[in-house]
Amino acid sequence: MPPDARPKLAVFKFSSCDGCQLALLNLEDELLSLAGEVEIAYFLEARSQISPGPYDVALVEGSITTAEDEKRIQTVRQESKFLVTIGACATAGGIQALRNWKDVAEFTRAVYATPAYIHTLEQSTPISYHVSVDFEVNGCPINKNQILEVITALLVGRAPHLPGDSVCMECKKRGTVCVMVARGLPCLGPLTQTGCGAICPAYNRGCYGCFGPLEAPNSDSLSAQLLKDGMQRGDLVRLFREFTGFAEAFRSAGDKWDKAA
Amino acid sequence: MASENANREKTVKVEYLTRVEGEGGIYVRSEGGELREVKINIFEPPRFFEAFLRGRYFQEVPDIVARICGICPVAYQMSAVHALESALGVTPPPEIRALRRLLYCGEWIESHALHIYLLNAPDFLGYESAISMATDHPKEVEQALRLKKIGNRLLAILGGRSIHPVSVCVGGFYRIPHRKELESLKADLLWALEASKGTLALVSKLPFPSFAPDYEFVSVSHPNEYAMNERRIVSSKGVDIDPEDFEHVFLEEHVERSTALHSVRADNGSSYLVGPLARINLNIDKLMPQALAAAGACGVSWPCCNPYMGIVARAVELIHACEEALAIIEAYREPAASRVEFKVHAGEGCAATEAPRGLLYHRYRINDEGLVEFARIIPPTAQNFRRMEDDLKAILPGVLDQSEAEIARVCEKLIRSYDPCISCSTHFLKLRLERG
Repeated sequence: MPPDARPKLAVFKFSSCDGCQLALLNLEDELLSLAGEVEIAYFLEARSQISPGPYDVALVEGSITTAEDEKRIQTVRQESKFLVTIGACATAGGIQALRNWKDVAEFTRAVYATPAYIHTLEQSTPISYHVSVDFEVNGCPINKNQILEVITALLVGRAPHLPGDSVCMECKKRGTVCVMVARGLPCLGPLTQTGCGAICPAYNRGCYGCFGPLEAPNSDSLSAQLLKDGMQRGDLVRLFREFTGFAEAFRSAGDKWDKAA
Repeated sequence: MASENANREKTVKVEYLTRVEGEGGIYVRSEGGELREVKINIFEPPRFFEAFLRGRYFQEVPDIVARICGICPVAYQMSAVHALESALGVTPPPEIRALRRLLYCGEWIESHALHIYLLNAPDFLGYESAISMATDHPKEVEQALRLKKIGNRLLAILGGRSIHPVSVCVGGFYRIPHRKELESLKADLLWALEASKGTLALVSKLPFPSFAPDYEFVSVSHPNEYAMNERRIVSSKGVDIDPEDFEHVFLEEHVERSTALHSVRADNGSSYLVGPLARINLNIDKLMPQALAAAGACGVSWPCCNPYMGIVARAVELIHACEEALAIIEAYREPAASRVEFKVHAGEGCAATEAPRGLLYHRYRINDEGLVEFARIIPPTAQNFRRMEDDLKAILPGVLDQSEAEIARVCEKLIRSYDPCISCSTHFLKLRLERG
């Protein structure tokens, strides 16, 4: 039987909800053609058969929260030509990074009757804190079309093209009236990367930042406006400190307002 | 993967259980051909949702708990809003209730199609994955993907997106759909209804190992509706309680081998089973008419106590979900308001709803500012772990003399028939078998 000459794709899971892997399986129409173009060499949720590395493209979902996973990500990096992180857990530490502002020992006692049975790290950290990452796909969950673009681009040898606009641009394209201006709903859209298609404003609520901050967001300006509009400081901190709260720009904004008088 | 020493202690390890959601392992030890120990090890990293929910505003809870699971976020959102509405004394009107059931139908369709075809069927048909299966059975796999897509479309229209929907809130929805939007799903759902019947015809003929333990089945129960969002909790061994009493009747234990808590009956320490088999066995007369007829005609006698036949129960529920979705859409009239207005005050409330994988219980206590003081979340898969171990203890003695690959396969097949969702259950199974 001739050796499989197709590029090898691997999917790895760390601390996560599995939603980003599911986004991949939600490429319903494209999934079988994708399976034709690449060898899905390692994807434990979808198949029992495993091909050993090295892998051409490794998709990594989830954040690092245990000592075992700190070691395992090193192995993944060594075995992978391109390492692509997918989703807010992998790119920003995820919602479970809320532990980073708290005492994990106390958390363990709160949830588990015998804390000594649980071995976990103080922090939930993004993959990039541990190994070099070749490309990041944001989102909670990721947009499945973006992951298709990334895989396709890597396979043909060009840089993936994902837009870096704010959610505001997407609202304008959709024709959604600004929920903050028209209805006073707090919205992180001006600071957040698009990729979701600006769903929340189209569904009558403000953006909660699940695709993470832009490269250089103006959080001071938005914060000033929100406070002026009557938002309480505690709510403002929580707005920054949610699914991508540990990403640098949101972290410093949240911390700033948490400490302010 | 197997080791034998002079004492004929043999260990078999299945490294990772595949085609399940999340990460876990099985450890089996035998000595002199007799089973000594079976443990399901869950090493999915704990994320501590119940801890970090404290201090969050109650309206953030549906968004946050969705992230417990990518396959069943709606279940978490539904249990959360019902529990919080109980705490706040809020009762949404019938139109909102119906829309929530519709949303849940979308999730059941997507999740059951995923499990039946992509995760479980390969076991019965001798494939390592649906990807390999697609070469020989392209029509079936395409049908599966189309069914899944229809469930996802429904979730996206009603919820904003299929994974981590954005429209669910305490009191109702941020946005309710126009009638036209829901009607655009009718053609797809009619196709899906027929495809679901075909699915049942297919899976009811699969070769099932003979195995029928004396289970205690547990599910939600409602006087008029098939178990989904409300109201009481019942069992096949006499439990009939308000969700308020759930934590008195069922106990969570923390065991060393697991980052998921295990559940048992508080009074006698015995395991129990939640999920589609439990739901059908306890609520069969509430199935939609075509689903009920199909369940009666598929050659299975109900109540069914064979865990391997979970796939049949899921297929029946696929029919039900498509049928109910069509009925809700037919009757849909846009409500005047998408959500109920209410005052925020301190309170405590709990609720159980039926995730695709079984009963999902939430309890919250909030303070006068609406901030969460306490959260308890008990997922269905965690409730099933002890029962899974009991099943393995019953099955393994019959296969201990076989190869470790065969033993591993037997374990995985049983576990997979439960459709475990391990990320949920911790706040993939590795089998380690020691033979003596």
